Amino acid sequence: MNTSPDKLQGIAAALRAEVIGLSHRAKTPHLGSALSCIDLLVALYWECLRINPKAADAPGRDRFILSKGHAAPALYATLCERGFFPRTLLEEYGNDGAALAEQPAPGCAPGVEWATGSLGHGLSAAVGMALAARIQKREYRTVALLSDGECNEGSVWEAAMFAAAQNLGSLTVLVDYNKWQATGRSEEVMALAPLRDKWEAFGWESYEVDGHDFAEILAALACVQLADRTKPLAIVAHTIKGRGVSFMEDDNNWHYRIPNAEELGAAKKELGIA
Amino acid sequence: MRNSFADEITKLAQQRDDIVLLSGDIGNRLFDRFKEVAPGRFFNCGVAEANMIGVAAGMAASGLKPVCYTIASFVTYRVMEQIRLDLGYHHQNVVVVGTGAGLSYASLGSTHHSVEDMGMLRLIPGLAVVAPGDAMELRPALRAAFEYPGPVYIRIGKKGEPVVHSNEPDFRIGKALPVREGMDAWILSLGNTLPLALEAAAVLEGRGTSCGVASMGSLKPLDVDFLSKVFESAKVVATVEEHSVLGGLGTAVAEWIAADTGRAKAKLVTVGTPDEFLHQTTHQSSARLWAGLTAQHIANRIVAAS
Repeated sequence: MNTSPDKLQGIAAALRAEVIGLSHRAKTPHLGSALSCIDLLVALYWECLRINPKAADAPGRDRFILSKGHAAPALYATLCERGFFPRTLLEEYGNDGAALAEQPAPGCAPGVEWATGSLGHGLSAAVGMALAARIQKREYRTVALLSDGECNEGSVWEAAMFAAAQNLGSLTVLVDYNKWQATGRSEEVMALAPLRDKWEAFGWESYEVDGHDFAEILAALACVQLADRTKPLAIVAHTIKGRGVSFMEDDNNWHYRIPNAEELGAAKKELGIA
Repeated sequence: MRNSFADEITKLAQQRDDIVLLSGDIGNRLFDRFKEVAPGRFFNCGVAEANMIGVAAGMAASGLKPVCYTIASFVTYRVMEQIRLDLGYHHQNVVVVGTGAGLSYASLGSTHHSVEDMGMLRLIPGLAVVAPGDAMELRPALRAAFEYPGPVYIRIGKKGEPVVHSNEPDFRIGKALPVREGMDAWILSLGNTLPLALEAAAVLEGRGTSCGVASMGSLKPLDVDFLSKVFESAKVVATVEEHSVLGGLGTAVAEWIAADTGRAKAKLVTVGTPDEFLHQTTHQSSARLWAGLTAQHIANRIVAAS
């Protein structure tokens, strides 16, 4: 904890280079979606979550669910860098028979709390974990990271209403609001805006932050620590799909495109990673 | 069966502190006693079944034993993917209880009929499909469900069904319970048709056909040892269920026969609801008449196949 913003940015740049490399080597898509949530993951795993990589299953650990499972390489790279598993596991990503698949399977690696890939499931599971903490008198907090496209799913709003009715102050949602879904602008596909107001109206304590500004993210995440909160917490993070690489930023082709060797080199150069 | 469920789950919640009951805004007053004995462990999840299943999965992953309870049609069809992924793929021991199953809620119309539920759910790997024959079977079935290594769907009727067993039987998931022996024919009943199966056997007795009756108890795992026994000994075996003839017990037995090594000697007769929606306003007894689920009809089918 208390890592300097410069250092956090350095970690994020290295993780971005890592996931671009994974996409290139394994030929797997959803790169833009992985890049948009890297800063959120770095803020969570370096500054917020009470976790011990050497005791990944400790009963009192904070729970994190990547509900937007298609950003799995970002989570894998984060967990690996944080020491949950060795690099050899990450290097096998996407291979036949490897533990780490394009979307995470149940129990695929230490630190992966939930298998996702079909959108709209992670938040309900997180609500269940948060209620279990209350029933079992444990102190852990539960955090779920959702995509904006995922907020199309009705089950997200079922979970949102239920969590508020249960006064689940130990629950936090981060929305990676990168303004795109698979085939269109998320504002145009569904009437998503005003997204923060929606969470507020559903009974959540809600904030809007620049999802690439560590000072803003950490200020909002400070609310996660508040033990006396009775409302669940929603942090709508404005992000840029493909963040960190000029020719990927806000270009939805990178939902599916795979970077070639030249693009990988150019991206790493921009990120300052040799 | 409904009241027995409420009573048994309350007893269990008194004995162990990991039992949690989630309801889909149903069972008004039914769980008052549960709420008294297990404060903080009853959740009205509202009319939001998808979330209810996901919440239960998250609880089970944290070491609790959740039960999801609502009307069978809503806790199956509507949330098929939640059951498949959150419970099946994650292999969580969550017990999903569908009430008013089959044609129990016939008068409420096809929105409330569940005659495809078991056929759909038995496709999910690792999930047990359990249908107790009466309230006496339900209690041990519920206890067994919490010991099962995976999700369990228990399909129950409404209140006030006839009770067949005089005592609690030795109910095991995947094991048939013979309730009447027979030489010529067997009726394999799944779920709340057990009293009907016994009536049909009595009709056959009057016509000189010795007919056994078993409550299958589970559609999955299927008791293939019991199937081997009755298909080798009898001339006709009938499956009887308040479920479509597609996908349920009749289909599962037909699949077993097709995959078996030709040892099945008996002819198979499948009795269940036809492959169509029921559009008429009707009570359960009339709906059963529509489906051919009457003692006379079952007896006639068995005699015709003999």
